[in-house]
Formats: sequence, C-alpha cells, structure tokens
Amino acid sequence: MNTPVLTIEGVSKRFGNTVANDNISLKLAKGEIVALLGENGAGKTTLMSILFGHYVPDAGRILVDGAELPRGKPRAAIRAGVGMVHQHFSLAPNLTVLENVMTGTETLWSPRSQTGAARRKLMAIAERFGLKVDPDARLGDLSVGEQQRVEILKALYNDARILILDEPTAVLTQIEAERLFATLKEMAAQGLSLIFISHKLDEVMATADRIVVLRGGKVEAERRATETNKAELAELMVGHRVTRPTREASTPGEIALEARDITVKIGDVERLKKISFRLRAGEILGIIGVSGNGQAALGQILSGTLARTAGELLLFGEPIDNPDVAEIIGAGIGRIPEDRNRDGAIGEMAIWENAVLERLPSFSKHGLVDRRAGMAFAQEIIDTFDVRGGNPASRTRLLSGGNMQKLILGRNLHERPRVLVAAQPARGLDEGAVAAVHGRILEARRQGTAVLLISEDLDEVIALADRIQAIVGGKLSAPIDADEANARALGLMMAGEWKSGSEAGHAV
Amino acid sequence: MRFERREHRPLYMMVLAPLLAIVAALALAGILIAIAGAPVLEAYWRILMGAFGSRLSATETLTRATPLILTGLAAAVAFRARLWNIGAEGQFYFGAIAVAAFGSKLLASLPAPILIPLLLVIGAIAGMVLILIPLWLRLRFSVDEVVTSLILNFIAVLFVSMLIDGVLKDPTAFGWPQSQAVVDHAMLPKLIARSRLHIGFAIAIALAALVYFIQSRTVFGMQSRAAGLNPSGAVFAGVRLGSTLVKVACLSGGLAGLAGAIEVLGVKGYVTTDLSPGFGYAGIVVAMLANLNPLGVVLAAIFTAMMFVGADGMSRSLGIPTYIADVTVALSLLTMLIALFLTQYRIRR
Repeated sequence: MNTPVLTIEGVSKRFGNTVANDNISLKLAKGEIVALLGENGAGKTTLMSILFGHYVPDAGRILVDGAELPRGKPRAAIRAGVGMVHQHFSLAPNLTVLENVMTGTETLWSPRSQTGAARRKLMAIAERFGLKVDPDARLGDLSVGEQQRVEILKALYNDARILILDEPTAVLTQIEAERLFATLKEMAAQGLSLIFISHKLDEVMATADRIVVLRGGKVEAERRATETNKAELAELMVGHRVTRPTREASTPGEIALEARDITVKIGDVERLKKISFRLRAGEILGIIGVSGNGQAALGQILSGTLARTAGELLLFGEPIDNPDVAEIIGAGIGRIPEDRNRDGAIGEMAIWENAVLERLPSFSKHGLVDRRAGMAFAQEIIDTFDVRGGNPASRTRLLSGGNMQKLILGRNLHERPRVLVAAQPARGLDEGAVAAVHGRILEARRQGTAVLLISEDLDEVIALADRIQAIVGGKLSAPIDADEANARALGLMMAGEWKSGSEAGHAV
Repeated sequence: MRFERREHRPLYMMVLAPLLAIVAALALAGILIAIAGAPVLEAYWRILMGAFGSRLSATETLTRATPLILTGLAAAVAFRARLWNIGAEGQFYFGAIAVAAFGSKLLASLPAPILIPLLLVIGAIAGMVLILIPLWLRLRFSVDEVVTSLILNFIAVLFVSMLIDGVLKDPTAFGWPQSQAVVDHAMLPKLIARSRLHIGFAIAIALAALVYFIQSRTVFGMQSRAAGLNPSGAVFAGVRLGSTLVKVACLSGGLAGLAGAIEVLGVKGYVTTDLSPGFGYAGIVVAMLANLNPLGVVLAAIFTAMMFVGADGMSRSLGIPTYIADVTVALSLLTMLIALFLTQYRIRR
C-alpha cells in the first residue's frame, strides 16, 4: 500500500454508557474504495461523524496526508479535502442545483456571487465524472437519485479527495444504485479515495476493494473483497452464523384474496390499471417492482386507507366494498406498511399504545381504553417476537428499525390473520433482523396465512415467494412460479418485458 | 456547543423543570424591578401578599384564575392534537354574549336549577359554533387555522360590539355599550360567601380533571393524541382524522365558550367589550406553561392570576408599573419553553 491519504488512529467515543466507537483504526489509500460494513448501531455513522468533525472523539486522532485534523471542526475537514454525502441529504429543495452546490463556499461579505465561474467549475466536474445534471433545475423537482448526484457534486466542488458516503443506496432504486456504483468506481479510477458505509453485502462485494467490518463499536475484521465472500462477511457482521430462511414446499389452500381488474385513480393519474391477482391460503405471492410503480396504491387499498376507482376485491369469495381500516382488520387482514416510521408506528407513543392503536375496539370498553390488557398484549408481543430495547411503557421511537418491525409484525401475526399484506417488510433492516422478519413471514405461511409480499428486493422475493408477479407502471404481469424465477427473468419482468396477452393474469 | 436528544426523561426532571423555569423568570424580572429602583424581594413578597395575603385577595385571585383555567384547557386540548386554535378569545366572547342573550330575556322565566346548566351548555355551544368555521376551512380547503382562528377573534369581538350597541343594548346603562344583564337567579352561586368566588371555579377544576381523564383513558383521547403526533401513522391505524379533529375542536371551542359564559354568570352579569382582558390569548400562555397537561393548566392559571392580581397591590405600594406582571408571565413562558427543550435535549460541548 502506498502512503495512506487518510488515517484513523485509535478513535473512541462513548455516549453515556454506550461505547459507540472503541479504539478504531483504519487506513485509506489513494484511489481505493473501502466499505465500512456493519449492522445498525455498530458505530459506522458515529465514526464517520467524528472523521467529518460533527462529533469530538474521546480519544484518537485523524490524519489527512499525514497532517492531523483539528477535532470537531467540519470546516477544517472540508478544507483538508474530506467530503461527506449524507444519508439524509443536506440540500435545500427550494434552491437550484447550482445554488445548492455553491452554498457555503462563498464568504457572506463578498459583494457579488461568482455564479459564472461556479457554473463552469460545476460543469467541468460533472463532465469529468459523468454526473449529468441541469445546474438550473430546482432541487425539489429532481428524483432522489439525482439529488444524491447533486450531493456528490457538492462535495467534489469543494475539492474533496476523500469522499464518505453514508448508506448511499438506502434511498435508491436498484437501477439508480447500480449507476451510483459505476460512478464510484470511475471516481476511484481517477484518484479519489472513497469510504462507503453499508450493511448490504451485495453492494459491498460488488464495489469495494477492501472491507472493514465493524461490530459493537470495534473493528471486527478487515478483508480484501477478492478474498472473502458474502457468507463470511455476514457472519463477521452479525457475530454468528446467519442464514436467511427460505420457503419449503407446500400445498396452497383455497383462494383467500382475489383482485379483479382493480383500478385506482388519484387526481388524474391512474396509479393502478386493471390489476388482477389470486392469492391462496398458505402461499406467498410476491409483487416485485421498482418503487413508484403503483406498489404504494396497492398496499393502501389493501390496508383500508385508499378507495379503489373500479374493480372487485374478494375475500374468500365474498366481495368486499371499499373497506376502512377497522373493517380490514376485522376481516382478518394484517398489514405491514412500507414506511414503518411514517405509517407503522407513532414514535412518541408508548410501545403498548402502538400495539393496540389499530385494534382499539378489542382493547376498549364503553370508549375507555383497557390499559392493562394493552400492556399485557404488548408484553406478549415483546416475548413472543423477541422485541428488544424496550418494555410496554417505553417510547416506541427508542426501538431500532428491526425491533420496531418485529413489533408491527407481532401485533398483526399474534391474531393469526387470514391474509397478511407485507410491503417492503425488510427494507432498511440489518442482516439479523431480515432473517427474523423472513422467518416470521414463512411461519405465518405455514400456518395457512395468505401473504401478499410487495417488495423491490429480488433476493427477498426469490427466497420467500411461491409465485411472483411484476408491477410496472401500475400494471401487473402474469404470475410465474418461483421455481422458474431467476434474477435475469425477474429483471426483465421488472423492466416491463412480459407478454401482454396474459396481462390479466388470471392463470394460477 | 451542540444539542443531543435525550433518550430518557426522568420524572424528577419533568417536575423540576417548570419550577426552575419560574424561579429563573422571577430572577430575570427581578432585574427590571431593581432597575426601577425597588427592593426585589419585597416586591415579590408584596405580589404574593397581594394575591394570597387575605381572604379577599385569595378569593379574588382564584376568581381571576377561573376563566384562565378554561381557556388554558381549550388551548391545551387543541394543541395536543396539533389543532392550532388561537381563537379562544373570540369563542370566549361568543359564549358570553350567547348567555347574555338567552339569560336576560328568552329563557329568563325558567327556574335556576334548569336555567343555569342550560345557559352553560348554550355558552359552550356558541364557542363550538365559532371554531367550526376555521376547522371547516382547514378540512375542506387546507387553510391554515392559525390565521383564520386568529382573525376570527376580531370579527367576533366586533360582532359582539355591534350586538351590545344594538339589539342587546341595555337601555338603563346611560348610553354605555353594554348588554342587558342576565336575570338574578341565573347568576352562579358563590363558592365562598361575601366574596366574588363562585362555583365556576369548582366547575373549571372538575373540567380539568375530566379533560385529563378523557386524554389519558379514552379511545378518543388516544386517537386525538396519535393524530397530533403523527397524522399519517394515525390514519394507517384507522383513526379518522376529520372526525377526530371535529371532536377536538368542539371540546376546545366549547371550553373557551364556557369560559365566557361562566365569567358572565359568575362575575359580571352582563357583557361589555372589555369583559376579557385577553383571557383567550392568556390561555395559550397558560397551556404552554403547563406543557399542555390539563392538571398543570390549573396550577399555571393560578400562577398567572396571582401575578396579575398581586401586581396591583405591589404597584400601589412600591410605585412600580403593573406591567411587571405581564413581563413576568411572558418571561416565565420563555424560560418554560427553554426548560422543556432542555428536558428533551442535553447540551454538549
């Protein structure tokens, strides 16, 4: 290895009683991509925040090109050539791309903004790294992928030579993510050094030269990408062997849920166009597709929060009108929302309140909430579904994503629903939590629950689903059997390549 | 310096924070008293004595606290559900004028045990009617209720002003714009003889307890809290946002209207346009001081009333303007907000 451009030496940081970083050391060479791999809470983001000067470490130091960075000074880090691309972008949606990039680069006292020079510099950088943008577009009008490109450009505009990306793919679609990785490799080839934070094994293996695994705030291992594999990394990351469960053969039962030519129109836009599917008891039907193709509307009509414009919905052969949430739950349909923080739970309320909120009729009498029964119910979910990090009375916000998802699963599965609508159930979860969530869904299937799995994660759908339909532009493909499914076939389906003759998809 | 969110908020902190906030506010206001050239501790002593030093002053303070408890509750229940009802002042006047209208003539022949409860209900309904206007605008057209409920205050007061200079004008008031008085047997019984303190105070306390119970124990209370904390999460859990907000608004507007009704039936007997020295707005301060806790509202209202009543006596003997009461209450609101912030975040170097 040539002289490292970045050296992290013995960095430690504690918050109260938790040790977030424990004596972490790390080197980064010019033109190298290092992945920082670890589960949620392993200390990745803390480490990068220290590197960028957002936090002051309790011990240790950071050197850029051999010179020590002053502690807790983001400006010094920027000046030394460190750039950060945040998970949640730090951009202003009401400004243009160019204005966003220039923000913070000029002194407040200069009489005039040097827009012309800035525009030329931005375009030159965009050209050099193949990051196409319109400098005059309003940021709020751009897609998430484009916004991220702006965030990267902003770092490069500040002459960053070391780029830190915090979970860059968390908000991207598969295609956008692949485009991002190509860009990262191109940047490394041109001499930039990159650190990217992730808990996804695939992307780490595909992109990084070197992988540093963090666990419990410590460096657990370091591997060259060519000398390791996903199974080893998963084990290093979680600390024990994790295998995601996969479905076993089974014979599905009667048709539990059937959609016939359902159309949903919101405003003037048709979100769903005559979609049909049949879902049998004890089977998992995977609806795969890139986000934004109608999944949200599909999830909502089955959750009771959106009315359909046309078409029929049958539950065990009985037609149901546009049901509200209470009717959906009363009919034995469990729901896992795609955004658990926004829809799935109310963070400031207690765990027991979130456990019973959607089924208050069963936990109240004469308009009074039965707190004791609610607490008992929550405790049972916590015990049965292994929800860690809280008791029934503690605030739900304190739970990690995986534990919050177990709570949501628990309140639905506890009542043995006849149908489970699971939208992106493992999104954003770390490896251990994914395995737990998948295990629960498969167990529900074994017990005869009909599961509609809406997902954009190919691995997830292949591992769990008995049959798969793709959703593209609000239309649903005909189902294919999981045994015929492979990444290539599904990729084509997700791109809208299917025979239009069988679009109605009544074949079972 | 930076702020880090606290993961746990110990109980002692939640109890201590408001107390420390009030001490800090008194200390800050003390600087002003010192600048005005008066001895600070003596000034505060006189405020305390002026508010609670005698039977008369104590009953006077609690009389003053009564409408503040009710408007404070009105703000607290609405704000909990993120319904920004700034219109308690107008709802107060609507409740007051409705009572004056029905209690002076239309229903005056009814016996007291029927008339008084009926008038209180009428006052509450009048407050509800007024709040439904901004609520409807919000639900139908997404108009921000902060603005509409606020400007409706001025419309309401002008409307009342028109009535008491017109159809409801008292012909025996020597030309003063003042409503006809409610009949004597419509007036609320006294809580303590030979004082102004009336059973409205007891009603206000009982309502604070009732609101506390509603918020902490009922399905409606839980759903309205969910709607306030995370509307889309509440919708997913099956809470009907529209009807929940209508119920919250009716509770809030009703309490503010009741405040006006009780002020008329308990103290004045008639309506003038200076019936309220800003009870509706002060209710917002009271609610914030209480951190929207209905039981805290009672204490915050008594504290605020104490400052205002006590400042009169202090002013007479020390020659300091009574505005010091306004300043102290305003300062305590600021220090309270800072204290609440610090219970949620800790300061880091």
